[in-house]
Order: sequence, then C-alpha cells, then structure tokens
Amino acid sequence: MTTKRNILFLLISFALNVFASDNDDLYLDSIFQVQEVTIVENRKKEIIPAQSLSGKALQNLNSQSVADALRYFSGVQIKDFGGIGGIKTVNIRSMGTHHIGVFYDGIQLGNAQNGQIDLGRYSLDNIEEIQLYNGQKSNIFQGAKDFGSSGTIYIRTRRPRWEDGKTQRIIAQFKTGSFSLVNPEFVWEQRLSSHISLSASAEYTRSNGKYKFRYRRLNLDNTVAYDTTATRQNGDIEAIRAEASLFGFTHTGRWSAKAYFYDSERGIPGAIVNNVFRNGERQWDRNIFAQGSWENIFSKRYQMKINAKYAYDYLHFLRNDPKELYIDNRYHQQEAYISMVSLTRITPWWDASLSTDFQWNKLTSNMANFVYPERFTEMVALATTLRGYGFDAQASLLGTFLQDRSGNGHTHKRKTSYRSEWTPALFVSWQPMGNADWHINGFSKKAFRMPTFNDLYYTEIGNKYLEPEYTYQYSISSIYRHKFNNSVIKSISLQGDAYFNKVTNKIVAYPSGQQFRWTMLNLGKVEILGLEFSTEAEAQLDKIGLGMRLNYTYQKARDFTDRNDAYYGHQIPYVPLHSGSVIARASFQGWDLNYSFIYTGERYNAQENIPTNYEQPWYTHDASIFKKFNINKIKCRAGVEINNIFDQDYEVILNYPMPVRNFKLTLKADI
Amino acid sequence: MLKNSAIIKLLPFLLLLITIGCREDIYIQQSTSTEVGEPRFTGIDGFYLLNEGNMGSNKSSLDYFDETTGTYIKNIYAERNPSAVKELGDVGNDLEIYGSKLYAVINCSHKVEVMRACDATHITKIDIPNCRYALGHGRYVYVSSYVSPIQDDPKAPRGAIFKIDTLSLNVVDRIDVGYQPEEMAISNGKLYVANSGGYRAPNYDTTVSVIDLDYFIVTKEIDVAINLHRVKRDSRGMIYVTSRGDNADIQSCLFVIDPQLDMVVSEIDTPVSDMWIHGDSAYIYSASTNDLTGKTSISYSILNLNTLQIADDQIIKDGTETEIKMPHGIAVHPITGEIYITDARNYVSSGRIHCYSPDGIRLWSQTTGEIPAQFAFKGSIE
Repeated sequence: MTTKRNILFLLISFALNVFASDNDDLYLDSIFQVQEVTIVENRKKEIIPAQSLSGKALQNLNSQSVADALRYFSGVQIKDFGGIGGIKTVNIRSMGTHHIGVFYDGIQLGNAQNGQIDLGRYSLDNIEEIQLYNGQKSNIFQGAKDFGSSGTIYIRTRRPRWEDGKTQRIIAQFKTGSFSLVNPEFVWEQRLSSHISLSASAEYTRSNGKYKFRYRRLNLDNTVAYDTTATRQNGDIEAIRAEASLFGFTHTGRWSAKAYFYDSERGIPGAIVNNVFRNGERQWDRNIFAQGSWENIFSKRYQMKINAKYAYDYLHFLRNDPKELYIDNRYHQQEAYISMVSLTRITPWWDASLSTDFQWNKLTSNMANFVYPERFTEMVALATTLRGYGFDAQASLLGTFLQDRSGNGHTHKRKTSYRSEWTPALFVSWQPMGNADWHINGFSKKAFRMPTFNDLYYTEIGNKYLEPEYTYQYSISSIYRHKFNNSVIKSISLQGDAYFNKVTNKIVAYPSGQQFRWTMLNLGKVEILGLEFSTEAEAQLDKIGLGMRLNYTYQKARDFTDRNDAYYGHQIPYVPLHSGSVIARASFQGWDLNYSFIYTGERYNAQENIPTNYEQPWYTHDASIFKKFNINKIKCRAGVEINNIFDQDYEVILNYPMPVRNFKLTLKADI
Repeated sequence: MLKNSAIIKLLPFLLLLITIGCREDIYIQQSTSTEVGEPRFTGIDGFYLLNEGNMGSNKSSLDYFDETTGTYIKNIYAERNPSAVKELGDVGNDLEIYGSKLYAVINCSHKVEVMRACDATHITKIDIPNCRYALGHGRYVYVSSYVSPIQDDPKAPRGAIFKIDTLSLNVVDRIDVGYQPEEMAISNGKLYVANSGGYRAPNYDTTVSVIDLDYFIVTKEIDVAINLHRVKRDSRGMIYVTSRGDNADIQSCLFVIDPQLDMVVSEIDTPVSDMWIHGDSAYIYSASTNDLTGKTSISYSILNLNTLQIADDQIIKDGTETEIKMPHGIAVHPITGEIYITDARNYVSSGRIHCYSPDGIRLWSQTTGEIPAQFAFKGSIE
C-alpha cells in the first residue's frame, strides 16, 4: 500500500518537474553569456565549500591515482593493499567506504555488487580537480543521488580550454620507474566549432608489481629475532583506459556527453602469512559507461538539468591454485540511470529545487545457486536555499524507494521486496563579521546505505533479511580565507572542524558455524568524535612561488555495539586517533619542487584494542622535481618523483606490505 | 601577524608528531600468564590450546595451561620461537601430541609445525598443502589434506592422507581419498577418514574412506551422510562420525561405524559440531546457523556410548552457558574429568576458555587467542 503511494507520489513529482519547464520566458544568465568555452562554475551556489585539490597542487603531487591524492584531505582514511594494482578504497570521517558517493564528471560511479569504488583505478593524469564534500555538495541544482551519500567525492576530468585562438591540442606523456612501470598517455582536444569541443584520451598502464618488502622483529634485549626481505609477487597489472567527451554550449545552457572504457588484468598479491609469500589469484575487469548531461536556463526563474548514464561492468575472478578451492567466477553488472532537476528562483533570496532520479541495477553471474538480483531505485529530492542577513541555509529531503527482485528463475519464483527511506539534511553558513572571508558553517544529515548485492545475495554468505545501515552527522566548522594584494603572502586559509557522527545498524560480517562460513548481520553501532584542522597558504618571494597545505585529523571512532563484547568502547579497526599530511611546494623559473609528508598514527587491525592487533604508526616522505622547457614551441615537462624517501617498511592493512623507496620518471609534451 | 598565528596553530601538531607519533621497533610478542588455580599433580602436566586465528590474519597462536603451577599462559609460540618468520601462521586447524612431539596443523600456511612437546620449541615444519588434521599411530603421523598434489580435475580436487615418519619427519607416503577429508580415527588396524566434499557444495561427499594401514591402500568407502567432519574412536574401538548437514534442510547428525563390519550400525539424531570421548561418555556441543531462517542454535549434551542414548541434555549446570557466544572447542581432563569448553566469540576477537567441574559448575575462565579450538593434553595418560 505504502509502495503504491510512493510510486504515485513519484509520478506526480516527475510530472511537476516536466510541466514546470513550460512557463516563463527565456533569460540569459550572465555566466552563460560568455562565448568563450571556458566557463568556471559558480561556486557560490554551495553553502559549505569543499576540500579540493586542483591545478598545480594536484599536478605536482607524487600520486598515481585519485586515491593517492585523497590521502591529503582531512578526515579521510585510505585502505591501501599496496602496489599499483592494489585496491585502494576511501573512508570519510570513519563512517565506512560504503557511505561514500564518488562522482565522475558529475554522475555517480556505481557498484551495486559490493558498494565499493576502487579509487586506485582512476589515474590522476586526466584529472583537473578532486573535491570532497562532507555530507553532500550543498548545491541544490543537482540530481537526487547527489543528496544520498554521507560523504561525496567529485572527480572532474580535464576540460578543453582554448587560449590564444588555438583549435587543437595534443598532449603526450610517458611515465616509467620502479615496479617496471610503463605508462603512456595521450590526450587529444579539438575545437569542433565555437560551441562544441572534443576531448579524447587514452592511457596504458603496465607494471610487474614487484617490490621489496621487509619484516623485522626484535627480541626484548634488542637483538634481532628475525629480519627477512622478500619480493612482492603476483601484483602485476596491465590496464587500458580510454575516454572521449564532447562539451557543448548553447546560448542558454550547456551539454556534455562522455564515453568511458577501462579494461584490466591484474594479479591479487594476497596476504603475506607464515610459509606463504606468494599467492596466485587473478582478476579481470572491464568497465564501460556512457553518460550525458544537459542543462538549460529557461528563464530568470527556472533552470533545468537532465543527466543520464548507462554502465556495464564485468568482473572475472580466478583462483587456480592447486592448494586451494578452485574459483572461476564471472559477474556482469548493468546500471541505467536518469535524473531530472528543476530549480526555481522564487525570490532573489529563495531558491527551491526538485530532483527526480530513476536507477536500475542488475547483477548476473555463473555462480551456482545465483539469484540474479535486480534493483529499481526511485529518488525524489526536494531542496531549498535561503540567503540573507549574513546567513545562507539549505534544507533538503530525499525520498528513496527501492524494489529488489531476486530468485533463481528455474527453481523459485522471483521475489520482490520493497523499501522506502526519507533522509533529511540541513546546511547553514554564517558570516559573523559580515565579510566574506570568515564563515561559520554547520550541517546535520541523516543518510543510509542499502546492503549491497553481495551482502544480501552472495551464495551462502548473503543474508536477505538485512536492513539498511544509517549514518547521522552533526558537524560545525569555521573557515577563514583571505587574499592579500600587495604582500609576500598571496593567500591564506585556516579551517577547523568538529563533528559527531553515529553509525547504526552497521552491516558486519559475522560467522555462522564452522568452515569459515560467514553471514552478514546488522550488528554494529559506532560513534565518531572528530576534529580537523587544515591550513593553506601561498606566497610569492620575488620570483619564487611558494605553497603549503597542512592537515591534521583527530578521530575517536568507537564501537558501542554490545556491552558484553571485549571491544566495547574500543577504537574501530584501521582508524587512527591522529593523522595528518603536509604538502610544500616551490616554483622558480620553470622548476617545480614538491615535498609531501603523510602521517597515520597507531591503530588496530581488529575490533579489540590489544597488543596482538596493534599497528605501528607509519609516515612517508615523498618528493618530486619537475622542469618545464620548450622544444620548438612544444611545451615540455620532465620530472622525477621519489616516494617513501626514508625507506620505511610499513603496512596500511595487516599482512599487506607496502613498497619501500621507489621512483618514477615523467616526460610530458604539450603540442 | 597572520603568519605568526598560523605557526602557532601548527606547533601543537608538529610537537605531537615528534613526541608520540614515532614508529618504534617491533618486538616479538610476549606471552602473558595468569594464575587460575592451585598447583596440581595428576599425571597430566597441562594442555596446549591452539587458537585458529581468522583467515588471512596470520594470528594463529598457542596457549598453555600449566597444571603443575595452576597457570594459564597465553600466546607462547612467538616467545619460544623468536626466529620463526611471521610466527606460527595462518589458521591453526589441529593439534596433536604424539610421542615427544607436538604437531600443529596450520591450514592456510600449508604446513605441519613440529615442536618439542615439552616446551613447544620448533623442530621442523613439513609442507603439506591445505592440511586439516593429524593423527599418530605406530611409527607414523597421518595428516589429512583437502587437496592431493596430483589431480585429474583441478576444478574438483580430491583429498589425500599424507604419512609422516616420526623419526625422519619426512612425508614417506601419500594416498588419495575422497573429497576434502577431515578428521581421522584408527581402529582394528584401519584408518577411517571423513570426506566432507566442502569444495563441491552443494554436491557434498558422503563417504568415509577406510585405509588398511599395513598396505596403505583404501579398502572400502562407507556411504554415511553429506559433509562429514569428525571421526572419534571409543575404548571399545567403535568409530563415531559426524555429518555437518548443509546448514539448511539437512541437519547435523551422528553415526556409528562398527570396524569389524565396516558399516554404519547406528544413527543418533543429535547435532554435533565437536565431541570429546571420556570413558563411556561423549561430551558434545553443537553450534549451527540455518541459512534459511538465519537463526543460530547452540546445544550441549552427554551421550552414553553403551546405550547410545543422550544421558544428559546439558553439560553446564550453573547457568553460565549463556555467557558462551559461540562454542568452538571441547575437551575433558583424562584424569579429573573436568570439562573445558572454548568460546570463539565473534571469531575476530579474543576467545574464552571455561573450565567446569565434572558436574558442570564453572571453576575458572580465561581469555585466549583468536578462535580457540584444539586441545592437546601433555603428560602420561593411560
């Protein structure tokens, strides 16, 4: 009954969305009157700004992937299994990887199968900006899905920028270094007309993934108990990425279309345990998606945006180790998504929006007793922004309606289960001194994540009775930003955040009897108290440009599931109390120098905070030097990066050793 | 002005890194001892307890209860064998004292760790792929393995029994049995091994392979039930085999094989996860989760082996069984008849061991390593 009502409501809101576009006259908004293809997004639409890395700071960073770059953000933990092919997932403010939405050029990357996005796969080479929003991007002109996560990362690929009348640009880049890395990339940008540009890029990555790692233990009298160095095996990767985008502008709007292709084969190096220093699992991935976006300003009072996407993901996992269970599983995932957003300006200080999204996911596999799950998701978001008296405020309410269908076609009738959730959010920004430099921001948000297909339907492990997992966030921050005109210091920003998060109904794998059979249960309850501090400064000393960025995070993330557990009140696994990073860079006459430091404090690799689960702090120093030069009008850039300068042997994840000191060379030509 | 304030704000952060944040050398893990009772001299010195450790964590560990001092010592392996790279290993599955040696079967490290029984110091390791259980008899120790090194079909590997010479500590022979063999017992000169077929679920194996130890050949395959696991022998030589069932429609069950006939002579309709035979009684616990209902059921019972009737439907009589979240191991003191039951909790945190008097009253409890399971009593028993 409620489901029927929900669907009716959805239809009405969709209809409203469509009819709303029929009135009012066309109006040219100032930002779209620019004929130049470079349009900078109007950042003021967001109530609370993002943490971001872009431009030079991003370019000079010793990072291979988006995950590497995210380590420099406050409140973020990365699970890194090591090496170029190793999985790297992100956790924001200790709420868990599944609560993070990752958006690639405006549309979310999905993985209905296990709910995690491996950010180690997204190379930094073609990325222009990475933004991280706690809660959600507080811009109401966005799809309903953008309101749905507990933390959101936006990855924006490079867009063509036409300076001095150019109509074509070709960039060729080659990277090589430790782990036998071979990594060429080509980018082709073409101005097809005054309103349409094309950008295409292709990248190939190959690495044997071999690196030295070391385990050393001492006796209490400081004599060496054992000290062993070995080479990481089966961490090789071969991957190809190709993408093409079209960017178009009309008098009153813009559109874009994108196709993405990724194909890879990799070894899964596995845990290093006693007597086993080599594993033999292999994995093949193929990810293909096409997406499009169109937005238009119909009048002073009304603008609209439509996003659509289709994605196909193939995963093949093979364990052909004569010592173990043979596994040869293939999974095919499909996702279709369409979203429509309407924004109306009711008064100059009051905006409201309505977003309606529809998504379909399906998973098939060659596994025995597979139930071929299918999920239909409809989302409606109502949001409003109010501005005035030094305050900006935004409130949103997201309704999510899900229908899961599963069952083996031959033996069971396919069953459908229904669920609906309402999740609100409130964002407020205040300028206490009345000037734009200092803001005090706060937000509070409820969000949920659905159990993934693996949680629910994985043969033998899945539990179809699982409930969604909820997060509640209460956060306050103070940001001071100032640009100086005639000073050595060009700009400075200082930010402090304090927050309290609660995760309830946390889905945890729980054993069910012998033979290492696990099941998924809604068991966990976690409370997180966090403090973050970050600062950024830029200076110009004569011809030397200087930049610095510093982050510190304190997180007390404790398990309050059951008073009878030995780990009640203990810090949850892999969340350090203290973590931080420093980036310093200098540029002088075409030389760029970059130094970065990452610190992760002591933490525990299991729920119980006891010595056997203790993990030492780790910290790495990385540095790079790049030089720009011209050869016959071709702009070139060459450089060398050194990672883990002080050769620290460390683990981010228990029994997954990380590489010791390693190098990378880059050569780039821009025609 | 601003520059200064920035530096001031940075200072605590920098100081913090310098003072508390530095990485230190990592030391070998040390054991911890707790007195749990009065010293006692019964002919049993004490017992070793093998903790499995969660898969991939390399946290298998060895505890020792010293009865002569009444001390429970947790995590002794690394301390006694500091030069062992990455310690005891990943997923300890079985523990056996035979002669003067202690054999620990470390499943995911694909080895049998051989130690001196007196102090658990390393003698050697024997590489056996996916090894499961060990059993000593005569001059040899027999080890079951899920996978035989030679396979007709790698997608459906057969298992094998490896024969280890206790003097040379080498594998001297091997014989292929059914799919994914588990526990073994010896009676009437024959070795009985339970084939689970766990890698073929839902097409489990249903047989017990019978091996003639003189010729080391499989002489018979007895059809019993799906997913067989435990095999025990009582004082009369009768063989008890458990079936795990399929965690859905088919329940766990217990069968009796007569070694004279080599056939199933009785079926006892009681679920069994593990059992320990003491005199004419089998002490049984069961913990299983049904995939269809999602419910976990736990039970304890004592079976009279003469009558094959349940003599008691509980072992713990003081109501403390509710404190056990997930029973995972059982043993009975060969002399005093005290009962030990381990609790694996949630399998990823420290377990517990509880000691009960023969009439089911809890005497003491201790924290163990992760997933405590297998006992090996040390001393002169007979």
